[in-house]
Amino acid sequence: MSAFKTALQRNKWLQLGLLAAFVLVSAASVYLTDRSVIAFILLLGSLLLLYYTTLTNGVKWAIAGLLLVLIIPFATGGGPSHESYMEVATQCGIYVAMALGLNIVVGFAGLLDLGFVAFFAIGAYTYGIFATGQANNFIPGDLFPLSGNYFWLFIVLGGLMAALFGVLLGLPVLRVKGDYLAIVTLGFGEIVRIIFNNLEKPVNITNGAMGLSSISPPNLFGLQFTFPHQFYFIVLGILFVVIFGVRRFEHSRIGRSWKAVRENEIAAQSMGIPLIRTKLTAFAIGASFSGLMGVVFAAKQTFIDPSSFTLLESTTILVMVVLGGMGSVPGVILGAVLVTLLNLQVLTEFTGWLNQLSMQGIISLPNALSPVKMQRFIFGAILILIAIFRPHGLISAKNRKIPLSQVKEGEANEHPEGTRIGQKVRRVNGG
Amino acid sequence: MKRKTLGFVSMALLMSLVTACGNSGGNPTANGSEAASSSGGAAGTVIKIATQSPLSGSSSIQGEAIRLGAQMALEDRAKEFKDLGFSLELVPYDDQGDAKKGVANSEMIGADQAVLGVIGHLNSGVSIPSSVVYEKYNIPMISPASTATEFTDRKLKVANRVVARDDFQGPAGAQYAVNELGAKNIFVIQDKTAYGQGLAEAFRDEAQKLGATIAGYEAITVGEKDFNGVLNIALSKKPDFIFFGGLYAEGGLLVKQAREKGITAPFMGGDALDSSGMVEIAGDSVKDSLYSSVATDITKSAEGKKWADRYKEKFSKNAEGYSVYAYDSMSVMLNAVKSAIDANGGKLPAREAVRDAVRATKDFKGVATEVSFDDIGDNVYAKVFIYKFETAAYPGSLVSEVSKQK
Amino acid sequence: MLASILGSLPQVLIDGLALGAIYAVVALGYTMVYGILELINFAHGEVFMTGAFVGTATLFIFDDAGFLSSAPGWIVYFIVILISMIVTGLLGVLIERIAYRPLRRAPKLISLISAIGVSFVLQDLIRFIAELITGNYIVSGISLFNGSFQLGTSSLTSSFSDAFVKNNTFIILGVAILLMLGLDLFVNRTKWGVAMRAVAQDRETASLMSINVNKVIVLTFFIGSALGGATGVLFAQQYGTIDPYIGYILGLKAFTAAVLGGIGNIRGAMFGGLAIGLLEMFASANLGLITNGSFGSEYKDVFAFAILILVLIFKPEGLFGRAVKEKV
Repeated sequence: MSAFKTALQRNKWLQLGLLAAFVLVSAASVYLTDRSVIAFILLLGSLLLLYYTTLTNGVKWAIAGLLLVLIIPFATGGGPSHESYMEVATQCGIYVAMALGLNIVVGFAGLLDLGFVAFFAIGAYTYGIFATGQANNFIPGDLFPLSGNYFWLFIVLGGLMAALFGVLLGLPVLRVKGDYLAIVTLGFGEIVRIIFNNLEKPVNITNGAMGLSSISPPNLFGLQFTFPHQFYFIVLGILFVVIFGVRRFEHSRIGRSWKAVRENEIAAQSMGIPLIRTKLTAFAIGASFSGLMGVVFAAKQTFIDPSSFTLLESTTILVMVVLGGMGSVPGVILGAVLVTLLNLQVLTEFTGWLNQLSMQGIISLPNALSPVKMQRFIFGAILILIAIFRPHGLISAKNRKIPLSQVKEGEANEHPEGTRIGQKVRRVNGG
Repeated sequence: MKRKTLGFVSMALLMSLVTACGNSGGNPTANGSEAASSSGGAAGTVIKIATQSPLSGSSSIQGEAIRLGAQMALEDRAKEFKDLGFSLELVPYDDQGDAKKGVANSEMIGADQAVLGVIGHLNSGVSIPSSVVYEKYNIPMISPASTATEFTDRKLKVANRVVARDDFQGPAGAQYAVNELGAKNIFVIQDKTAYGQGLAEAFRDEAQKLGATIAGYEAITVGEKDFNGVLNIALSKKPDFIFFGGLYAEGGLLVKQAREKGITAPFMGGDALDSSGMVEIAGDSVKDSLYSSVATDITKSAEGKKWADRYKEKFSKNAEGYSVYAYDSMSVMLNAVKSAIDANGGKLPAREAVRDAVRATKDFKGVATEVSFDDIGDNVYAKVFIYKFETAAYPGSLVSEVSKQK
Repeated sequence: MLASILGSLPQVLIDGLALGAIYAVVALGYTMVYGILELINFAHGEVFMTGAFVGTATLFIFDDAGFLSSAPGWIVYFIVILISMIVTGLLGVLIERIAYRPLRRAPKLISLISAIGVSFVLQDLIRFIAELITGNYIVSGISLFNGSFQLGTSSLTSSFSDAFVKNNTFIILGVAILLMLGLDLFVNRTKWGVAMRAVAQDRETASLMSINVNKVIVLTFFIGSALGGATGVLFAQQYGTIDPYIGYILGLKAFTAAVLGGIGNIRGAMFGGLAIGLLEMFASANLGLITNGSFGSEYKDVFAFAILILVLIFKPEGLFGRAVKEKV
């Protein structure tokens, strides 16, 4: 066994072969079975497997791209359940982006934000208000609804809008610390939801509790995006940008400032890190990811109302971050996917199955015990267990280690700091 | 490095193990349906009808009633379809009263080719976004409860309902309040949900049209228990009638707290108060309160009484207002499926055919209501009934009945 | 406008006092735990909710046993509160043992996350039990003192209207005052109270003075949670209907009260609770009037949270607290 292990560790081709075999088997089982949750989860699991290989980063990215763009859409396209798989995958993507956003705030900068879904709502409403006739109520000229062509512009606008609100929230709030901050953000999240729920008078801006319906779906050169498999590619595209951005931020100057602030505010400050600016950028960037996806969410649902942006939603995103590992990008992605799958597929299917059994009279299950209702319990238990036994989450964050020799070498070569070391290190880390 | 590899190996082993099990075991429902449909021919082809309603959350009483009502109709007709060579199957989904969940479920329903129709949802806020998904997949839906105007006003091919619209129910209540009870100074409370607000606005507008003044139009928050703030406004406005657009959990507390404050004005609400929960919460204070409902009191007719007894015997629960509407909705759906089967020469029909057959339903006589859909899916026979709690017992007694005025 | 505000004022004051008393006692639980552990006990709102359910369940059991008709109401009330206090007190100790003690040395973020987890688990556990037994998680209990009477406030000045008072409102105020006085005496006059204050000052030094810090923390959790549980019973009696989600927002508002009065400060929490209760009731009764209908009572929660945010930003030590210098 151990011989096999070392062989595996050494031989990248062996790893690649194993991975390929695994992908083949799981893809085939997804393709052939009609609607098997297990097979689908396994197929997604191949990405995790990929993460654990010792291949170089470039190769990993290439394989991941191949898996996401070609293999997964193709494998799920075998049966009639194509759209259902794609819907789940799309929602996973949306939550991954949000969790990555929250990870910047909570994981990197150490600021516990319990009202994060507010930014998602701001993104969603930014598009929703202008892509329906709603905006005519306060902008004269009967210009609205905007056509789906504007969706692409609004992805950016939604992000900016959320970032703006992130800063607005951050400015006053950053004077408070630690658990006070958590409570304040919780209050902020509620305030945003209540305001959206009531802003139909004096001027009707959000249409209040009735929500906004018939939001224009995205449109690209006359192609309407309405099906989940189309949104899948939109989300994938955005996700690619988001992940790339997060990786860049993490190892940049600002990323290191975030972590310094997280570890010790006063020490960081005395090292010359501008405290307010650092925290504000964390809020703004984290919020913008959520805002982007809010726009996509509004376009995908074609209907939004304030009940989609509750406290439970904020906590769900927090669970994703905590479960995956605060501050760890791959961990957070894993956490988001796991929780979304649990929510959408596992619990629903399991309940359906139990219902089936109880209808056939095999077991009798009290309605109270129905697994879909246990969401809060499961999330709560995850939070407690992770906090006690695995505070770093499933995949804990790794700080990049730079061997001393490298640093010295960098200095000896008299390259201007930072960039050169960064490049070198990436190579080191990959191998 | 070492840990990485260990993780890799254990993952690979674990996953291949699970794959093996997954392939053989898989998902029982999915595999079952596949096996059934691939066996071809007419013998035992599975037809699934889904229900979507909140089986958890604050409206779970009504949601459960919808599921059970639909289940009963399905089981009643199972034999008839068996003779045609089809086996009926109910797939209940829980939308939790949450639009997001409802849409995600709808995508799953859409993906399941064996599903030919949906009975649901309860909440208009869930029905509206979900119907867009059903429209994509041409799955007809019949809602036994969603009353928001927007639901059918978008002229979708799939969206139908057997109950009255808010702009029919609200005004009907207002007419009763103003014309029959002589209300002049009306205080309107709503709960800031899509349902409550829509109903309360329709009521308010009609009452104003009929010449009553609106003493106040206030909102409460769902889930709260203390409504003294809003009731204090009512107290100072001295209304002679109070209307509440919202759910029974809040409605029951409102009427109770109003009576404790010495507000004696008659209290009226919409069909969401049509629940045994209302009496449970408000206790004796519920006496003399009114509610409009889109559901009839079936125990009035002999046939209805028999049905209610059968329901009670089957599920050992009293029939709620929506149970029988879900039953009738399911019957309409199954009739449509059957006529589509006939039109298709006894073979499994396409969803489009079922969809059009549902919309073409004319003069169906159900237990609670007759059903004829107009061109946007509203039931032309839908009626609104006004009930009064003479004693603190559910259901109240029928005091008035309003037919469609279109 | 002014006339109707004045007219409803007596009623608003009375309703606000009842609500405020509930906030005040719940706020005590937050303040005590924070004073000692510097941890926001997120689950405290849920402990309060559990207390409401335990009280209601006890009443149902008494009713089944026929005890209700044979014993006078106030004795039953007393016993129910006592049982509920014991159960929730033990629950608080259990929560501390499971979810907080292992994390005492961990970063604060981690214990806060654990606290949020506890709050979710409790909500669902109670929902599950309630639903299993009654079929619905919204539970309507038995009210012991259901009567209400008219207070002749209109005879004071003509601009006041009469106010209606539930008998239970007096009980709430009475019990709340008793609990607060008791706690104040306990903390200031008893040996254990002194130990508690010592631990709050400096845990390390206190342990050197041969104070059993763990015992003090357990005691704090017991008392704080028992207070929450007692308030739960009062709440269930006042409003008649409870569900598992009453604790979350109410807890948040009680926390606001604790912050307003200066967290860690017991008398401040009492003041803060009453202030928040009165403000909230006033806002929900009069916001619509003052803004001429553009903003109605639906904004009252915004109001409460805005207070929280403003206090935390401009006077984080609260109205009665001492400013604390951060230790480096």
